[in-house]
Amino acid sequence: MSDSAAALTAGDRGRGPVSVDKAAGVDSGRRTWIALTCGAGAVGGLATAVPLVSSFAPSERAKAAGAPVQVDISALKPGEKLTAEWRGKPVWIMRRTPEQLASLKLIDSQLADPNSDRKAYPTPPYAKNEHRSIKPEIFVGVGICSHLGCSPIDRFQPGAQPSLPDDWHGGYLCPCHGSTFDLAGRVFKNKPAPDNLEVPPHFYVSDSVILIGEDKKA
Amino acid sequence: MAEFKEAPAGASLAVKLTTWTENRFPTAFDAYKVHMSEYYAPKNFNAWYFFGSLALMVLVIQIVTGIFLVMHYKPDAALAFASVEYIMRDVPWGWLVRYMHSTGASAFFVVVYLHMFRGLLYGSYRKPRELVWIFGCAIFLCLMGEAFFGYLLPWGQMSYWGAQVIVNLFAAVPFVGDDLALLIRGDYVVSDATLNRFFSFHVIAIPLVLLGLVVAHLLALHDVGSNNPDGVEIKAKKDPRTGIPLDGIPFHPYYTVHDMIGVGVFLMIFTAIIFFAPELGGYFLEYNNFIPANPLQTPAHIAPVWYFTPYYSMLRATTDPMVNVFVGLTALGTLVALLKGGFSGMVKGAIVVAGLVIILLLKTFDAKFWGVVVMGGAVVILFALPWLDRSPVKSIRYRPGWHKIMLGIFVIFFVVLGYLGIQPVSDIGTLLAQIGTIFYFGFFVLMPWWSQIGEFKAVPDRVTFHPH
Repeated sequence: MSDSAAALTAGDRGRGPVSVDKAAGVDSGRRTWIALTCGAGAVGGLATAVPLVSSFAPSERAKAAGAPVQVDISALKPGEKLTAEWRGKPVWIMRRTPEQLASLKLIDSQLADPNSDRKAYPTPPYAKNEHRSIKPEIFVGVGICSHLGCSPIDRFQPGAQPSLPDDWHGGYLCPCHGSTFDLAGRVFKNKPAPDNLEVPPHFYVSDSVILIGEDKKA
Repeated sequence: MAEFKEAPAGASLAVKLTTWTENRFPTAFDAYKVHMSEYYAPKNFNAWYFFGSLALMVLVIQIVTGIFLVMHYKPDAALAFASVEYIMRDVPWGWLVRYMHSTGASAFFVVVYLHMFRGLLYGSYRKPRELVWIFGCAIFLCLMGEAFFGYLLPWGQMSYWGAQVIVNLFAAVPFVGDDLALLIRGDYVVSDATLNRFFSFHVIAIPLVLLGLVVAHLLALHDVGSNNPDGVEIKAKKDPRTGIPLDGIPFHPYYTVHDMIGVGVFLMIFTAIIFFAPELGGYFLEYNNFIPANPLQTPAHIAPVWYFTPYYSMLRATTDPMVNVFVGLTALGTLVALLKGGFSGMVKGAIVVAGLVIILLLKTFDAKFWGVVVMGGAVVILFALPWLDRSPVKSIRYRPGWHKIMLGIFVIFFVVLGYLGIQPVSDIGTLLAQIGTIFYFGFFVLMPWWSQIGEFKAVPDRVTFHPH
């Protein structure tokens, strides 16, 4: 056997059949197998992605860290606000003065959702009233703006001031995008925030202790 | 495989070593020719052409300083803030590495914004450079991701509340938004879990994608060749003997040396900021970020870092009345398309249906969601630029005078939007931002029409070049 013939045989064994197939057209049987193999590979790849993407979800530890908190409000004077931490969020508890409560009735027409009818952050039934609270003077709300999650700042002083209307009766101003809320956490019209401040589930353990994070069991 | 080369008899050790290497790794030698010594770039580049190579240099600065920062930084909500202060005070020269990285972030956006503006000026995104532009836009998106994820890492007040706001943007997506935001944060609030994953994105995931895109950007550019201030294709006029473009000069040594001038000027400014004003009046490093993150209290005035503020302004400008303006504009657009478009009956019907659907959607979802759409759309619309521009010439040099005015107004509005994004909300500011937002989108959406209007100048056959 000459050298060139040996080379040809080796070539036939190595790459020959492929070029024969190319000349004779597509071997559809092999094509089908290639497609099936690619499909199986894709399914495997997707299946592998599932646990990876799932690992983005909150861990069991993060889920467990949502326990209710107890807050003592006996030292809270009229016109004062305190902030408690519940699930990493600020929860405001404010004792409103009679004048502040009275002002709530004056501004219904300026509010986006005066009766808290929207469903995005449903107001619990026990707070679905004009002062949005169990006891009229004590407001309990999550101090997180429904726009993009900043914590609004106190603007309790009535009257004209920067970023606020001239007939301001006291409330909260979000420093991020200028949304304003009244002293019951109700959002004003034509502001970026669509919803009133969330009222968390809560109840009075005693006259001066509030439990935040749970509704009262019947 | 290429022929095996033999070093000539009596060749020096260096020549022998080169021959030895070339025989075993010819790819490197080919790449040097294709991308450096035999890559012919137009000879009429001006100062605008510094910013591409500067962007590459800043990328290297960010990667190198980043590697050293990771050696000392701790991605843990309880330790992160203190570890950054540790780098600043206790790590030898740590302050320099950190300031290089923080100033580098802003410098990156400076050079990239100028680099993109160069593209706008000279039509560098036009055929056949569409993919170069698209890879570039993707790089811009990656940079924004890098900046955002990286900004959480010092765990200061602005880090925390900035992340809170941006992650909540995703919560505005109808139906799946809340779950999406939860998936990004990995917790119900921005927390240790969020910090850890942002660290991972910032130091490995996005940089890998970014590097791949930079390679694609450069390879695609070197395939089609660089544009130039005249918008003339230099490959159209080649030396018949050599096949080299008559107006082309080898990238190396001509532009490597040329770019070193740009690097020198850039480094003077860059190091001056690092040494004398690393916070740059609160624009490069915000003062509120020197306070550790406090989930219970938002700083009285929060604003993103300057490079995000134009888009942030657009987000704030999208209020309920603004959505009504969008409804009006959609109706107007539909009407004009019907009357002036010259479409057939079927298409007209489709336009009416599309217009009505858009109006219905605008009125269905909150302004909050549309604000997010506007913000994202302002970046995404850049990808479409190669197909929006229908001007018969590429370069601004040969476009009608009023195109220059349009581009000028566009730049002014972009700067004004950026300025407003730093300022607290005010009525007049919101109105200005709304006008700016409408102009920004109008500039792009109406470009297929306005870019054809006016008296265009004749484009020369060869580039204009005056030897010094």
